Amino acid sequence: MNVIEVQNLRKEYGRTIAVDNISFNVQQGEIFTIVGPNGAGKSTTVESIMGLRQPDQGTIRVLGLDPQKDEQELRQRIGIQLQEAALPDRLKVWEALNLYSSFYEKTVPWEKLLNDWGLTEKRNTHFKNLSGGQKQRLFVALALLNDPELVFLDELTTGLDPQARRATWDAVRAIRDQGKTVVLVTHFMDEAEELADRIAIIDQGNVVALDTPGALIQNLHAETRVRFTTYNGYDPQQLRTVAGVTDVEQRGKQVIVQGNGALLAHVATALAEHNVTPTDLRVEQANLEDVFLALTGRSIRN
Amino acid sequence: MNALRKMTWVEFKLTIREPIATFFTLVFPVLILFLFGSIYGNEPSEFLGGRGNVDNSVPGYIAMVIATTGMMSLPIGLATYRELGVLRRYRATPLRPLTLLGARIIVHTLISVIGSAVLLMAGVLVYDMALPVNIPAIIVAFLLGNVGFLAVGFLLASVLPSANTATAVGMALLYPMLFLSGAGLPREILPDNLVAIGNFLPLTHVVDLLKDVWYSNTWSVTPIAVIVGMTLVAGAVSVRMFRWE
Repeated sequence: MNVIEVQNLRKEYGRTIAVDNISFNVQQGEIFTIVGPNGAGKSTTVESIMGLRQPDQGTIRVLGLDPQKDEQELRQRIGIQLQEAALPDRLKVWEALNLYSSFYEKTVPWEKLLNDWGLTEKRNTHFKNLSGGQKQRLFVALALLNDPELVFLDELTTGLDPQARRATWDAVRAIRDQGKTVVLVTHFMDEAEELADRIAIIDQGNVVALDTPGALIQNLHAETRVRFTTYNGYDPQQLRTVAGVTDVEQRGKQVIVQGNGALLAHVATALAEHNVTPTDLRVEQANLEDVFLALTGRSIRN
Repeated sequence: MNALRKMTWVEFKLTIREPIATFFTLVFPVLILFLFGSIYGNEPSEFLGGRGNVDNSVPGYIAMVIATTGMMSLPIGLATYRELGVLRRYRATPLRPLTLLGARIIVHTLISVIGSAVLLMAGVLVYDMALPVNIPAIIVAFLLGNVGFLAVGFLLASVLPSANTATAVGMALLYPMLFLSGAGLPREILPDNLVAIGNFLPLTHVVDLLKDVWYSNTWSVTPIAVIVGMTLVAGAVSVRMFRWE
């Protein structure tokens, strides 16, 4: 079942085309991730889906509703965590949850969310005195207050330290595991790869690819690399005859074997036959950054 | 209704937690009352039409409270919320704009009521000031002026892009008005040309209405028409111009 249907979405700001022509569907219960560089049109797309922006062209249905016409009903049923949002500086954590509860017809007890998101000790802290991670957790808690069927998370982990990011990722999976549909917007490819059931890669206002992370990487047909440290008396160039190997490169003591298929297994077998047992045998596979590079000719970081 | 109640309570607590912001509304007018009270006392004066200085000034000081709330507290508060992204977050909920507006109106009115009550108590207790001839009538006049200036405040909040511009524009409009309208200084001491300019200022009409009702429960058409007109125009424009972000 499609929770979101977007067809031929277009949005211009003056002479700038923020979204050119975007279509996709989001299925119930998945983590659908929209990735792309800053300014690709990700936020404009999701803000059109939420009904915060009016598209110039295209049709959008969310939970069977029109985000422009059925704004009130839609807001009751979805949860939103936004970029560049804030609460009043001196509003306390519990006051925010209590206040936002009063906006919805149906809510879960906010004390439970306070606990679920590790904010119980911060319940009397002013918003401005929270850390970046605590603020984000509070915003996620606010987005879950109405027990939404569909949750939007926009650049959730920007500005968080690695530990807080990992914890947040676990939490996002927990939201999905409750049966909710999650739309995650990010410019971090590792985050998309980690969390997404399906990924839409957006570049310059268009969807350039849409699939599962695994399929996107597989379709790249990129070669796998196996690395290890050389042994004395063993010439790694012998590995060129192993099935699937296309290249063997030596960089000082490092050996890099490139190839396709079950490369690691074949290389390891070949090494074992020569009684070579490196302890640092590693396999490196293509990732979403490589996918983006292959699709757009540019690195996502630039 | 629940949302309005909670929003009002939260906004009230937030106001209390930023005491500096309400200092000028609540304390400044009282300081002026004591300053001029200590200089001129409250003896009846022919120059002031037979009234004492304090009797003659307090309705104007109350108008000052109303104008400061409307032209400073309200637009700066809303512009700050917009700048920080507080309004953007509210917009992502089913909260209706009127609920936020209603809560703000209640809280700002309450602050103005407190400011006016403090002035009234200081005037009566320290200078034996004459009370208004009709208490319900002066409350109605107060609320009318208050709504007029809150509408102006919403207009400023709607058209001004940031908290800094709201502060600058609010001050630039408010301060000359305080001197020319009879709110901060008796207009009796102003030269004719400044009195003439003052006739075009909305605050002058709030001062006039408050004084008329305070001393004799007189309701003149001109101030009422000006305040009602100002409320309708500012209200209509701000509803059209208001932006969440």
